[in-house]
Amino acid sequence: MTPAPTEPQEPDYLRAGAGVRSWLTTTDHKRIAIMFFVATTVAMMLGGAFAMLLRTKLLTPGPGFIGPLTYNRLFTLHGVVMVFLFMIPAIPSVFGNFLVPMMVGAKDLAFPRLNLASFYVYLAGAALTLWGMIHGGADTGWTFYAPYATASPTDVAPIAIGVFVLGLSAIMTGLNFIVTTHMLRRKGLRWHGMPIFVWSIYATSIIQVIATPVLGLSVILVALDHALHMGMFDPALGGDPVLFEHLFWFYSHPAVYIMILPAMGVISEIVPTFAKKNQLSYNALAYSGLGIAFVGFLTWGHHLFVAGISQFDAAIFGVMSMFVAIFSAIKVFTWIGTLYRGSITFNTPMLYFFAFVYLFVFGGMTGIAVATTSLDVHWHDTYFVVAHFHFIMIGGTLTAYLGAVHYWFPKMFGRMYPERWGLFSAALVFVGFNLTFVPQFLLGNAGMPRRYYSYPVRFHALNVISTCGAYLLGLGLLITLIYLVVALRTGARAAANPWGSRGFEWRTPSPPPEHNFIVPFDPTHGPYAYDEPPPEDIPAEST
Amino acid sequence: MTTATAPDIQYDSLDRQHATARLGMWVFLGSELLLFAGLLALYAAYRFAYPAEFRAAAAHANLAIGTVNTYVLITSSLTMALAIHATRGGHRSRTVALLAITIVLGLAFDVLKGVEYAEHLSEGIAPGHYYAFDALPAHGAVLYFTLYYLLTGLHALHVTGGICVLVWLALRARRGDFTPRSHLALELGGLYWHLVDLVWIFLWPLLYLIQ
Repeated sequence: MTPAPTEPQEPDYLRAGAGVRSWLTTTDHKRIAIMFFVATTVAMMLGGAFAMLLRTKLLTPGPGFIGPLTYNRLFTLHGVVMVFLFMIPAIPSVFGNFLVPMMVGAKDLAFPRLNLASFYVYLAGAALTLWGMIHGGADTGWTFYAPYATASPTDVAPIAIGVFVLGLSAIMTGLNFIVTTHMLRRKGLRWHGMPIFVWSIYATSIIQVIATPVLGLSVILVALDHALHMGMFDPALGGDPVLFEHLFWFYSHPAVYIMILPAMGVISEIVPTFAKKNQLSYNALAYSGLGIAFVGFLTWGHHLFVAGISQFDAAIFGVMSMFVAIFSAIKVFTWIGTLYRGSITFNTPMLYFFAFVYLFVFGGMTGIAVATTSLDVHWHDTYFVVAHFHFIMIGGTLTAYLGAVHYWFPKMFGRMYPERWGLFSAALVFVGFNLTFVPQFLLGNAGMPRRYYSYPVRFHALNVISTCGAYLLGLGLLITLIYLVVALRTGARAAANPWGSRGFEWRTPSPPPEHNFIVPFDPTHGPYAYDEPPPEDIPAEST
Repeated sequence: MTTATAPDIQYDSLDRQHATARLGMWVFLGSELLLFAGLLALYAAYRFAYPAEFRAAAAHANLAIGTVNTYVLITSSLTMALAIHATRGGHRSRTVALLAITIVLGLAFDVLKGVEYAEHLSEGIAPGHYYAFDALPAHGAVLYFTLYYLLTGLHALHVTGGICVLVWLALRARRGDFTPRSHLALELGGLYWHLVDLVWIFLWPLLYLIQ
């Protein structure tokens, strides 16, 4: 094996230009990805801090150190920040941005300036939302349900408009990925030769482009209603608040798949690399993602089971929701099947994969439970639902995101993270997560409603356990942040291909040069072809 | 959106880059349609719930201005298409003239729309809780008029945005930026303008004709 050229002709993308200005005006997809990385990390810390305050209040059943209105504001902001500022852009805008052009063998995305604009639009949306928080906050929950949201005493409008602007950024990003995947694939790279991650981002982007405008519209209507009394959903004028729920969930249910599909793409990259084995079924992974994107548009009604839709509609929506579980199960079994007889190495990304599978399957199965109309009536708006979607969003998306952070850290920054700390904090995150949310299933089943400021004393013990778990989870994330920041300066230099992967993005130095590849990769050697001898353009595993 | 002769670094050829830009525009237009689709879904639901009120309210809409505006906008689409045709034929001054006519027609649309709004408002037909028109009871009919303002307002915003794009294109055309072989920005602007026209083709029957 010939190692990668040790002295590339061009400097890597981090050193291609110096100074703040060269970053703020860059059109390099990798630098934009890094800027998104910083911004979304800040958002996650903010949303996490809100969560810690909420859990701290819930240590005691009665009044606590924050008042009820502040509590309502905090859970709204926790939801808004985590969903719109962190979860939705986290994997697509950071890793999608960094990797999709490399994975299709392009020098950049189709529209680099649009990509940079999407970052600034994201910042503008974030600024509006944050300003709204400081100015008055909102106490509506991240769902902005009418008629409450249109009459809330808090300042709903700037936050709702901020969400609209963030949606704009998501549409710009999604559009760029769709067009890039269609038009910028390297010569000889067929659709069925692309890494699964690209398929996942493609499916995600379709949802973003189709569903986000509808969300934008519905939050704008709420903002108009709140600020100018448009009354589009006001029963006094003949309007129907349930229509808001329909419009809102038409986006926001698919938005769940905007969060989980890229996570599934990450997992599909991690598994073959650390099992040193081809995907059990490439097509199953590629098409089940598209299947989720498609069926995901037909499930929104399961949020409205108790809002007054017909039994017939409810049954259809319930069954459609279960289809999502079938596609997800296909993926899970394919990953597990890929492990079978693989030569598995246990690194931090792999540990996150195991956490992901356990938590995602758990969350998915409870999803089927709440998609069952008769059961959902009992669990609706209780902590059971809270636990369910946190299992998918944190247990699923966040673990995959952390797996991605560790897996591609060497490629992005050219440094290795400390493996022991990685494994330790992954374990901490997993334990902390379970401690936080398993009690919430029990609380919900026992009847504790979500979003309540206080609760009966009989729920005290489980709430204390849940809060302790949240602290542990927060600690795990904090440790991760610290050792990654330290590793940026002190980590061992990463080789071009430290994991011995066959993926396209590992066939270039770490960090990559400004235009991604010194020598374009050969797409006839697939990204998962571990059964073939390694192609010449793959750098050796050694450091 | 460049008329340079060399493609950007990520493209093999200028043709490829232009084809990519066109696909991007189509995806964007698809996304735009969904923005209107949300409002149209509300329209459908409320029309179904209040058929009589919607009929009475639609009968009160200004059919004359609505119809004239339809002709204005369709004509502007024609002049837009002719402007691109003129560029392909290499007629610079004709391109600029046709774009100018398109801009004037777009402005005429906005002005007529403004007249229509002013007329409604003077009658007390305002959106939402400001509605004060006694001839039609608020319940139900106000939903028609709120949707009318939202749909036509959103559309008028698009028309106005389109006019700004057209002014920019006309200035570039006058400067000689477009050649018979390379006039991508003009084509993309045209696509957008046709979308704005197309949306109106749906709004016209929904808000004025169906009674």
